Amino acid sequence: MPIAIIDGRELEFPAGERLNAIQAAERVGIQVPYYCWHPGLTVAGSCRMCLVEAGTRNAATGEISMMPKLVPGCNTPVRDGVVIVTQSEKVQQARAMVEEDLLLRHPIDCPICDKAGECLLQDYHFKYGQDERRADIRPFTSRRRDVGDVTLFVDRCILCSRCVRFCREISGTSELTVVHRGAHEEIDVAPGFPLHNNLSGNVVDLCPVGALGDKDFLYRQRVWYLKRHQGICTGCATGCSIWVEENQDRIHRLKPRENPQVNQWWICNEGRYSYPHVHNDRRLAQPRRRDTQAVVDLDWTTLPAELLQRLREAGRLAAVLSPYLSVEEAYLLATLVRGVDPEARLILGPVPVIGEDERFPNGFTVSAEKCPNRRGVEEIIARFQSGRITTFDAFPSQLKGGRIGGVWFSGGYKKENWIEDEKVRSLTALKLLVVQDLFPSAVSALATYELPGAAFAERDGSYVNRNDHLQSVRWAVRPPYGVRPEGTLYWEMLGRPGLYNARAVLNELAAEIPYFHVAGGPVPDVGVNLKVNLLAEQPEEIGVRS
Amino acid sequence: MAEYEPVLLANIHKLDSHRLATYEAAGGYRTLRRVLAEQSPAEVIEVVRASNLRGRGGAGFPTGLKWSFLPEDHPGPFYMCVNADESEPGTFCNRVQMELDPHQVIEGIILGCYATRASTAYVYLRYEYPLALERLESAMAECYEKGYLGKNILGREFSLDIYVHRGAGAYICGEETGLIESLEGRRAWPRIKPPFPAVEGLFRKPTVINNVETLTCVLHILDRGVDWFKSIGTPSEPNNPRDPGSYGPKLYGISGHVNRPGLVELPLGIPCRELIEEYGGGVRQGRRVKAVVPGGLSTGVMTEAELDTPLDFNGPLRVGCLGLGTAGVIVLDETYSMIDFLHNSCRFFAHESCGQCTPCREGTHWAVAMLQRIKAGRGRLKDLDLLLEIADNIGIIPGTTICGLADGAAWPIKTAIRKFRSEFEDFIRRTNPAGYLDRQPPQAMAMVAPHGNGSTRSEARSLKHEIRKK
Repeated sequence: MPIAIIDGRELEFPAGERLNAIQAAERVGIQVPYYCWHPGLTVAGSCRMCLVEAGTRNAATGEISMMPKLVPGCNTPVRDGVVIVTQSEKVQQARAMVEEDLLLRHPIDCPICDKAGECLLQDYHFKYGQDERRADIRPFTSRRRDVGDVTLFVDRCILCSRCVRFCREISGTSELTVVHRGAHEEIDVAPGFPLHNNLSGNVVDLCPVGALGDKDFLYRQRVWYLKRHQGICTGCATGCSIWVEENQDRIHRLKPRENPQVNQWWICNEGRYSYPHVHNDRRLAQPRRRDTQAVVDLDWTTLPAELLQRLREAGRLAAVLSPYLSVEEAYLLATLVRGVDPEARLILGPVPVIGEDERFPNGFTVSAEKCPNRRGVEEIIARFQSGRITTFDAFPSQLKGGRIGGVWFSGGYKKENWIEDEKVRSLTALKLLVVQDLFPSAVSALATYELPGAAFAERDGSYVNRNDHLQSVRWAVRPPYGVRPEGTLYWEMLGRPGLYNARAVLNELAAEIPYFHVAGGPVPDVGVNLKVNLLAEQPEEIGVRS
Repeated sequence: MAEYEPVLLANIHKLDSHRLATYEAAGGYRTLRRVLAEQSPAEVIEVVRASNLRGRGGAGFPTGLKWSFLPEDHPGPFYMCVNADESEPGTFCNRVQMELDPHQVIEGIILGCYATRASTAYVYLRYEYPLALERLESAMAECYEKGYLGKNILGREFSLDIYVHRGAGAYICGEETGLIESLEGRRAWPRIKPPFPAVEGLFRKPTVINNVETLTCVLHILDRGVDWFKSIGTPSEPNNPRDPGSYGPKLYGISGHVNRPGLVELPLGIPCRELIEEYGGGVRQGRRVKAVVPGGLSTGVMTEAELDTPLDFNGPLRVGCLGLGTAGVIVLDETYSMIDFLHNSCRFFAHESCGQCTPCREGTHWAVAMLQRIKAGRGRLKDLDLLLEIADNIGIIPGTTICGLADGAAWPIKTAIRKFRSEFEDFIRRTNPAGYLDRQPPQAMAMVAPHGNGSTRSEARSLKHEIRKK
């Protein structure tokens, strides 16, 4: 294997792998500071923060010859025998110079800047900058300009051009551009063409300083109060990896989490700004029973037993498994109703589809299917019903015979009144209708038992995206008072000991269902692809699915 | 050297020198006919390489070597970009060539394209040269008519189209990759290298970028032979095997405080003093020389004592200048303030900095701000060290920028302050007697001025006012 020498440490890397000096240094645990470089964008090489010394080692003699000048680490490919020095005095001086230069006209308004606390300019200044300001260019201005989806703080910008390259290369919309020249340079948009696309929120994450402000997050929370949790966006079937950032059980923003197999470094605005429903006041928060006339508030302590009793009395059962359920919850619910009625029908809940897939030039796709787990739930239904999947549209015709007495309807839909009245008319004649959902809707209005459900950031579990990629997460915020997450409720009703343990359920279903076999092993943060191994190990199961 | 017979400028004094008839009467396009008939592109490159011709655009890179970087097995197309974006202050060689002898330029371009297998050439013309545009275009029309351009030139396999692209007045477009970006219709931000243009240039194809004067030199090398070319100029240093020498004729522009500013063609290596005295007619009003910019503003300054430096590719380097540059000599007489000179120089480079690399964008701007303050009578001695520190750390030579503009900005600062330090110090002492020794860092709160007390605009206005008063 080729060997590179970085600050005296030898790094072996696979032949043919393209690494630059920054990435190679990171492998041996050395941080090279950078602003303009980003693994997902083309190399600009203009911030000059990643300057390093480079040279080569003669393979025969072992003699090292260094280049006399500094080179940008981002544009220095690492080949066999390359020598990189990242800590020399010359490099440190260059970094200090760049830091000083960047702060010449920077307003240093950290106290009112949203980025303070996660700002590279701050971090690097403390690490590599000089103690004393020598320039007296003054005074500072701090102009704010609306460029469309985001707010631009013009003078905080360090002209790394990441946002400009993002708009050209990733979203393909090219709204942002650099105007003027030299020290007067600014980021701007052409008049009449504001920054407006479904990926525009990413430029805020890309901005290494506080120049681009998220209008949703602006002045909402100091970042050092935020705790970040690994999450999955449940906005569509793409299932992007995200960070859920919360403070005291209130989500303040969602950010993309790097996942080369799903979303790379990006998420769409739709997903990014989808979190407010979690804290919506209209959410259901009280389990209720609707008897003949009266509406009775219930207590969770006695509810599981009561529900079980009612399910047993209801006769033939059916369960609507929402595509918002995690695979563990779907599995538990299916096990639960099948335990009461071994011939209970399992129905795939309504799958919301809006428009068509939105595909961006670099391949990032926002799915038209607006639920996170259709694939996972389908596979579970298929397992219980030997391959037969009933969709919700076909459900009313099955109800017509009047044979089904009780339906458990799981929801998780992110808005009120998400379903039309006529679609649920067939549910009116039921003896028992248990609905667990986030918001009141036409279904919950008919429910015998109306149970509040948990939102995406409040659940443990795994989701399978449209490409059969399974990712597991844990909860990020606690549900509001009065809400019991689906998994916990099913777990209790199944009489399992202790607290709901999603990982245990996943192990169980991985052992039982070949499709989920891979998930029985460790599931890394970026998830596992279920299909790859399925093709390799269980070719006969494919027939059952189709 | 008074007997030197001009070659590059041989035609310019003729009547209608820009017409094809005049050019052909003096033997024009005979080299093209002969080369197309007798020599292969590889042979042409070999001749140019043997001549040690160095690019006349400023950096002095050997042209034959540059051409040999083109990939052998690339399917093409190859492009030739002719750098006619001559914007270095003090330089006007290409202008005269294009305005008064456009056919010579075009013949050079055709030969260059033949050697580099390019079938399309783009002439990136400086916006401020409308006459050159007119002359080039009418000359090209004549060539198309005569069959020197277009499909199957002179009945041979070789075809060539030339397009003249007019810039929009940015200095940075003269940097080769900035030029390419601008040609492609983008902002002229020089590209990070590698890949070099010879491998991936215009429209991501192999591209050669040559200066106008370089291509006309190619023409004369092919016409008169390598031996003729090497008989002119300064030979390479015998103890430096990597020195390609400074051969051939060179156009020297003389401007500034001389009696007879203008353009002369001389063998490379003429001493600066001789150039000023003999060809520039001496310094105006019989004054003494204070400083000389040897080759375009970005090369820095030489003092009177350094005037005997030969103006070849190595001479200015020996006295601490950036190099020969474009050989645009600017003479400053003894009445001129070096503070004014440096302020003007810094203002130019700060204005023309493309703003891509941090050290150049901010460093050039900072230097202007400091010089503005010094001129306004609020200078401090330590500012000079700071200016030198900025100048020593920006540019491709220390490796902190993508292109050479910052080197060009740094050299006037370095040379002016190092060579004329006492003048700067005297000025600062005289204009700021109370605070010239001040070493305190500026007060943070004084700089924030949150309530508009000294906002940028009024600050700038009062500075301007102060400058005017001095």
